[in-house]
Amino acid sequence: MHDFDYVAPTTLDEAIAALAKHDGQARCLAGGTDLIDQMRTGRRRPALVVDVKKIPELNALVVSDDGLRLGAAVPCSDVYRNEGVAQDYAALADAARIIGGIQIQNRASIGGNVCNSSPAADSVPALIALQAVCVIAGPNGPREVPIERFFTGPGGNVLEAGELLVELRMPPRPPRSGSHYRRFIPRNEMDIAVVGVGASVQLEDDGRTVAAARIGLGAVAPTPLLAEEAARVLVGRSVDDEAALSDAAEAARAVIRPIDDMRGTKAFRSHVTGVLVQRVVRAAAARARGESLDYCPGH
Amino acid sequence: MATVEKQRQRKYRVLGTRPVRHDGVDKVTGRARYGADTHLPGMLYAAMLRSPHAHARIVSIDTSAAEAMPGVHAVVTREDFPDVSNRIVELGEGAVNLGHLSQNVMARNKVLYKGHAVAAVAADSIHIAREAAQRIRVEYEILPPVLDVLEAMSDDAPVLNEDVRTEEFGGGTGDRPTNVAKHFHYEKGDVEAGFARAAVIVEREFRTATVHQGYIEPHAATALWNPDGHVTIWTCTQGSFTARQQTAELLGLPVSRVRVIPTEIGGGFGGKISVYLEPVAALLAKKSGRPVKLVMDRSEVLEGTGPTPGSYIRVKMGADRDGRITAAEAYLAYEAGAFPGSPINPGCMCIFACYDVPNGRIDGYDVCVNKPRTNAYRAPGATNAAFAAETVIDEICEQLGMDPLEFRLKNAAVEGTRRIDGVTYSRIGMKETVEAILNSEHYRSELKGPNRGRGVASGFWFNVGLKSTVVATVNPDGTVSLVEGSTDIGGTRTSVAMQLAETLGIAAEDVQPLVADTDSVGYTDVTGGSRVTFSTGIAAIEAAKDIQRQMCERAALIWDCPVDQVRYEDGRVVGPDGQAFTFKELAALVPSTGEPIVGRGTSGKANQGGAFATEVVDVEVDPDTGKVQILRFTVAQDAGCAVHPSYVEGQMQGGVVQGIGWALNEEYIYDDQGRMLNNTFLDYRIPTCYDVPMIDTIIVEVPDPNHPYGVRGVGEVPIVPPPAAIANAIYRAVGVRMDRLPMSPPRVLEKILQSRAAAPAQ
Repeated sequence: MHDFDYVAPTTLDEAIAALAKHDGQARCLAGGTDLIDQMRTGRRRPALVVDVKKIPELNALVVSDDGLRLGAAVPCSDVYRNEGVAQDYAALADAARIIGGIQIQNRASIGGNVCNSSPAADSVPALIALQAVCVIAGPNGPREVPIERFFTGPGGNVLEAGELLVELRMPPRPPRSGSHYRRFIPRNEMDIAVVGVGASVQLEDDGRTVAAARIGLGAVAPTPLLAEEAARVLVGRSVDDEAALSDAAEAARAVIRPIDDMRGTKAFRSHVTGVLVQRVVRAAAARARGESLDYCPGH
Repeated sequence: MATVEKQRQRKYRVLGTRPVRHDGVDKVTGRARYGADTHLPGMLYAAMLRSPHAHARIVSIDTSAAEAMPGVHAVVTREDFPDVSNRIVELGEGAVNLGHLSQNVMARNKVLYKGHAVAAVAADSIHIAREAAQRIRVEYEILPPVLDVLEAMSDDAPVLNEDVRTEEFGGGTGDRPTNVAKHFHYEKGDVEAGFARAAVIVEREFRTATVHQGYIEPHAATALWNPDGHVTIWTCTQGSFTARQQTAELLGLPVSRVRVIPTEIGGGFGGKISVYLEPVAALLAKKSGRPVKLVMDRSEVLEGTGPTPGSYIRVKMGADRDGRITAAEAYLAYEAGAFPGSPINPGCMCIFACYDVPNGRIDGYDVCVNKPRTNAYRAPGATNAAFAAETVIDEICEQLGMDPLEFRLKNAAVEGTRRIDGVTYSRIGMKETVEAILNSEHYRSELKGPNRGRGVASGFWFNVGLKSTVVATVNPDGTVSLVEGSTDIGGTRTSVAMQLAETLGIAAEDVQPLVADTDSVGYTDVTGGSRVTFSTGIAAIEAAKDIQRQMCERAALIWDCPVDQVRYEDGRVVGPDGQAFTFKELAALVPSTGEPIVGRGTSGKANQGGAFATEVVDVEVDPDTGKVQILRFTVAQDAGCAVHPSYVEGQMQGGVVQGIGWALNEEYIYDDQGRMLNNTFLDYRIPTCYDVPMIDTIIVEVPDPNHPYGVRGVGEVPIVPPPAAIANAIYRAVGVRMDRLPMSPPRVLEKILQSRAAAPAQ
């Protein structure tokens, strides 16, 4: 590994100053589960590593009437162990539970997963479904970016030199709503998504008709996607209506731009996107009705 | 439920019990020292520069920038290796062309696979060494690679090795450079007449991918080159004597100048027999005058060591109405990798070895391609072959409407059966393993639910004998110190110690086994071929008998009677007039009554009778994604005599798990330039604990007449049946026949979608 400098600021201002001074040559370290491996294998060679774990704002984890505030450095295991998150933001807990193994989950943060900006990041389709907003701090002041507009390409995002992700903010959950994230992987655990689908579904009083939905897709385009049409075709129709689910699957397939790679072919990814959209919408709707999911990750 | 132990009569006091392993505490506390744990005063750290190309000529290597770096002490390239070409030497488990071995350790005029070693640097730290390796300038003239076994066999394929000519079985050599290094041919009976008699004939083609052993511990070697010309090497190897010989031969030294000290070894499965790092570390140590440690990372292990070959196999088999095999024919082409030496011959000999085939013909080809030089992997060559043959048998059974286990019972090879390659079996347990599955609770249970299916398959592996040495010293406290040369990858310290304990009639815990270095124990062949419990076990039995004889002599001296009136019996030395010593009593008297008592045992004459396994698996296939879940798996295997049943079960379970990985997801994925894309354990997918159920085991014991206690090696054969058994289960679950490994979700889904498209609309 190359030589580099390391700082661990305790305030946002110090962090911004350190990042700004190194003008793009600095990299934030939260859990380090992506960064350390990238540095070890020479894929990234930052001159400065800024450990952000000691900044209070990045450690917030609050579920309130205002919604969910999730600090960018909070580890996955804190996320899924939080009852408020597990109850109301279940898709996020689903994702946090399958990122790496238990040791990784004790270090890796959702903020890091977002900033690493892999198209296959497991947390992102869930965050899209849950309408997350990225709260960013930087030399020119704070700004907010909806999660689906945060990414610019594989490994790329809208953060400018000197900027860092402070927290992810999600609105309060509407009544009769449920969410779910699942991915397709060849193994049952310890793997990277070939296709990932997150969905949030709000039902009418009848517990069947879709009032509103949001669907996020991962690993099927250069960036994670918000599948608006796929969600729209469900509204006003029953989640038991096979045709509605099949329309949603088709609409999702229509917006993806998958690649052929060693983890899956275009045709496979496209097929499985449709399969997962149907399964995830059904599961999110079941949760909206208060049912518990009989779901074993990976299966 | 995990383990079904067969009721059996306890013939032995020690064998068949489950003592705590002698090396257990060190391993669970982390105290055991593995390859990379070696630290010596003044030690340097080394890094390798490897080829980024799959096939290229090396025009020049400029090491000046690396040598100029502060902290760099030595750089080694092809210039530093002696020319050992055209020497063939016997290395314990087969003959090796030294020129090719040397070129594999360090590339000469060509690189033949991505990851081929080109240079190495020793420096004060690993970081300096890696940085310096990157500063070595290598000019390559890139050549087109050939990656597929059938393409490599064609006349217009790029040729890897100018010195390779096709060696025909039974004599004759081709007259031009080729990738086809060897052609094996076996024939028995009248094949055409056999097929003419068949009521059912099935002929299918199969492909299997390159897969790696996936041992947890990467290769590591530390070398010290003394000014007196003696070289000491610490390494994690399956055979310290073969490591010694290979290192000595490649460096042009007499073997007596090289001492290999084996560390603990974190898995090998056949992949830690060839040397990769040892000669390089030794040359760096010679040049720098300091001890040098060289350790691979996982990507280097996957790209730079020997996986097992990808293959093309065609099988044709015929059976009569009664389900008796009338003829069988196979064509196998195995990828040797960069240099000749795939396990094609074992593949040929194993493919129909479970059955009594009256008429058969087998052709096998060893073919060079631009991939790492392949090496042994747990029953090398047999798993590929069984995937093809056992799938064809399943299809024959389907056409005949016959239970696949009944078919196997009817055709099972037994004592006296002659294989197509000419060998006649001694007493073997193929039939008994089939019966064990047939009678198992698993096979008799009903499998319910949609998209679920049950498959079976059998497998054979030879097991070898080879040579071992054991020296055992009687201690005055009544224990025995056992020194052996077999490095312990499967609990063999304990299984060997138990055989010495059984023979002496003492407790297993009263034997202290030690794996010694090449200067401290007699010659011992590799830990491979499932041979250690068998062959080093025989050496331990011989050493125990030697101790018995000396103890009788000592007792006769003490009792002042002729030695022929003293006998060794049940852990006691018994003399005339009711006189007797327990082993412990006499051991206490040894120091005061004469010279030390040291037993010596060697082995090398006995060959093993062969091992068989039959396995059954239940799967569930997701018809919308092609993903296969293993619901239940039972393995029945003939262990001859299960010395330590827990270790036997562990070997059976471990072999099955590796077979499941091979079946479902493991493969080397290449781009069209021959660059491996999945060179980490993220994308080279070995099964995790979430992917396999508890593997149920049924130990069958048909004693091997070639061993005093009937022991058969158990390490390898359980890996052979799983891919075929799983393929057969997938067929029962969703109606598609898989002909390619791995049976990964995209491949299974593609077959399902094809079969749906072909089916008439409902």
